[in-house]
Amino acid sequence: MSAVIENHHDDHHHGPDKGIMRWVLTTNHKDIGSLYLWFSFAMFLVGGCMALVIRAELFQPGLQLVAPEFFNQMTTMHGLIMVFGAVMPAFVGLANWLVPMMIGAPDMALPRMNNYSFWILPFAFGMLISTLFMEGGAPNFGWTFYAPLSTEYAPPSVTYFIFAVHLMGISSIMGSINVIVTILNMRAPGMRLMDMPLFVWTWLITAYLLIAVMPVLAGVVTMMLMDIHFGTAFFSAAGGGDPVLFQHVFWFFGHPEVYIMILPAFGIVSAIIPTFARKKLFGYDSMVYATASIAFLSFIVWAHHMFTVGMPIAGELYFMYATMLIAVPTGVKVFNWIATMWKGSMTFETPMLFAIAFVILFTIGGFSGLMLSIVPADFQYHDTYFVVAHFHYVLVPGSIFSIMAAAYYWLPKWTGNMYDETLGKTHFWLSFVGVNVTFFPQHFIGLAGMPRRYPDYALQFADWNMVSSVGAYIFGFSQLLFLFIVIKTIRGGKKATDEVWDGAEGLEWTIPSPAPYHTFSTPPALPARAH
Amino acid sequence: MKEATTFATAKLLAVAVAMFAFGFALVPLYEIYCQVTGANGKTGDQYQATEQLVIDESREVTVQFLANNNANMPWQFRPSVRTMKVVPGKMYETTFFAGNITRDSMVGQAVPSVAPFHAAEYFHKTECFCFEQQELAGGDQIDMPLRFIVDPQLPETVKTLTLSYTLFDVTEAVRASVAAE
Repeated sequence: MSAVIENHHDDHHHGPDKGIMRWVLTTNHKDIGSLYLWFSFAMFLVGGCMALVIRAELFQPGLQLVAPEFFNQMTTMHGLIMVFGAVMPAFVGLANWLVPMMIGAPDMALPRMNNYSFWILPFAFGMLISTLFMEGGAPNFGWTFYAPLSTEYAPPSVTYFIFAVHLMGISSIMGSINVIVTILNMRAPGMRLMDMPLFVWTWLITAYLLIAVMPVLAGVVTMMLMDIHFGTAFFSAAGGGDPVLFQHVFWFFGHPEVYIMILPAFGIVSAIIPTFARKKLFGYDSMVYATASIAFLSFIVWAHHMFTVGMPIAGELYFMYATMLIAVPTGVKVFNWIATMWKGSMTFETPMLFAIAFVILFTIGGFSGLMLSIVPADFQYHDTYFVVAHFHYVLVPGSIFSIMAAAYYWLPKWTGNMYDETLGKTHFWLSFVGVNVTFFPQHFIGLAGMPRRYPDYALQFADWNMVSSVGAYIFGFSQLLFLFIVIKTIRGGKKATDEVWDGAEGLEWTIPSPAPYHTFSTPPALPARAH
Repeated sequence: MKEATTFATAKLLAVAVAMFAFGFALVPLYEIYCQVTGANGKTGDQYQATEQLVIDESREVTVQFLANNNANMPWQFRPSVRTMKVVPGKMYETTFFAGNITRDSMVGQAVPSVAPFHAAEYFHKTECFCFEQQELAGGDQIDMPLRFIVDPQLPETVKTLTLSYTLFDVTEAVRASVAAE
């Protein structure tokens, strides 16, 4: 009796497909993660070029290079592209790559939807960027698109902008649903919520924020659409509407949105600092609760963006105190990171440098945010370069540094090769110096009264603007070095070990480097409890 | 596993749809909030006296009138008197002048606002040209009536009220809705 054991090699086709269709049709979380990250980097360069147009025009007082109308289009498109095209997709890309590997899941819960939510984005941004070539130009009303600038006085291309925002919203909502369902349903057996790495925790909370506020954004642009084309008057005072209502609805979305762009960064930094300090993260539980508190508070502070619209004094006081309250959970986090480093045996590889710079520079941005929350002071700072300096400090050396830290930290796991440490450190120092030279002087010119969103300025602001522009070019061009380093690492380099970093903890370091196309097809046995 | 995924996805989608609806619900909520608190200087609709207001001869309140044109509104628009001294509880009448200096027939809509905001709810209009749209043929002029009562409940600290109107050109919107019907 001879049993023929057949080989099922044909059915076990494990590698990726060949050619371009691999990327179009892929449902693999690692492929989609890479797509998101490359897309985000492309948008980062596009938005960065727009920032450089802005800084070139502001290099000297007077109108030099671009027409004021085009300058307005640049500030608007720079903001929209960086927020929705660079920072948010980068975090979604990291979530795609890392969440399944960190919780021991074979893939995301809804792989086909994952593919859709990525492939919507190129269309959304294609549509948005195409407005630059339309008659009347691109949107020019600022990334906050306040009515009536974005309704009555908007260029005709505003309709394309509205539909682009709808698409981005759909993409984000699908991505978030995917993240939540994956985290809640697909954790390795035995992994409790409070065993999850903080990056997973912060993304879980971020995804809830996205599902709560992206529909409100969709709502507000739909109201604009109706005001523009269907004769409603949501935001038109002539028809009984109210432009201030626009600001309330927008910031009801907008304030949680700024935390959407920073909470995953907290998770990344909370993974990197313990590794290079060779100590456990200090205060894991308090980190989780602090993240949840920040998320909750983000829903009840929105009007601090609009102190000058003429609110009753009780409203001003409420929003001022509620805003200040956010400093408490944020402070908990900063102290926890510092306590993690305290007496650790620290080394300063590139990811750690970015993470430490994140802690310091994000805190500077946090403090200027506290200054802005003080109502009487805000009347002075409102719509000046002080605000520009504030939110760039939390977004550039905040969110973007954390994304770069993450790229350096997990790149060896993704590619199987170590990046070039010397080049990485060079990139870090150029970015660090560039970012501070760009944005620190903007505090000074803002306090001195220079308003934002103008192509020209009074002579007394000339020196610091010139310094700021020089910094912007240093920062901008050093990102090409980053691109070079990433490509170089993908193409080769010193082989990475499976653990990559000594002292790194988490399931993603138990699989081989580079991470195989399919991981955790059978759930892993968890190591001894982390805490 | 599969069922859990479907269920969780459906639940989260429902949340997203509910939040979309909530965005629109903010519009009436905001309206109610402003009317209750007088935030934004919003005044109420036509005042219906539910009971005779007590006339409080002991105090005098200054009411200032302002008239502004919204961008591109070419009409002449001004109050016939700039200030009045009024006694709370009594009804007063004044007029605003509007003149269409163009050759074409146009429709205007005035939108009121009262400052200080917390006094808005104590300013009652029994008749106001802002309750309806004004259509003026080219070159026509009109004195538009306003009747109002300042509520005796007006906080003591308020000595001066400012009623400001902004006049909007709604010609196109009106024509469009007429054409649609």
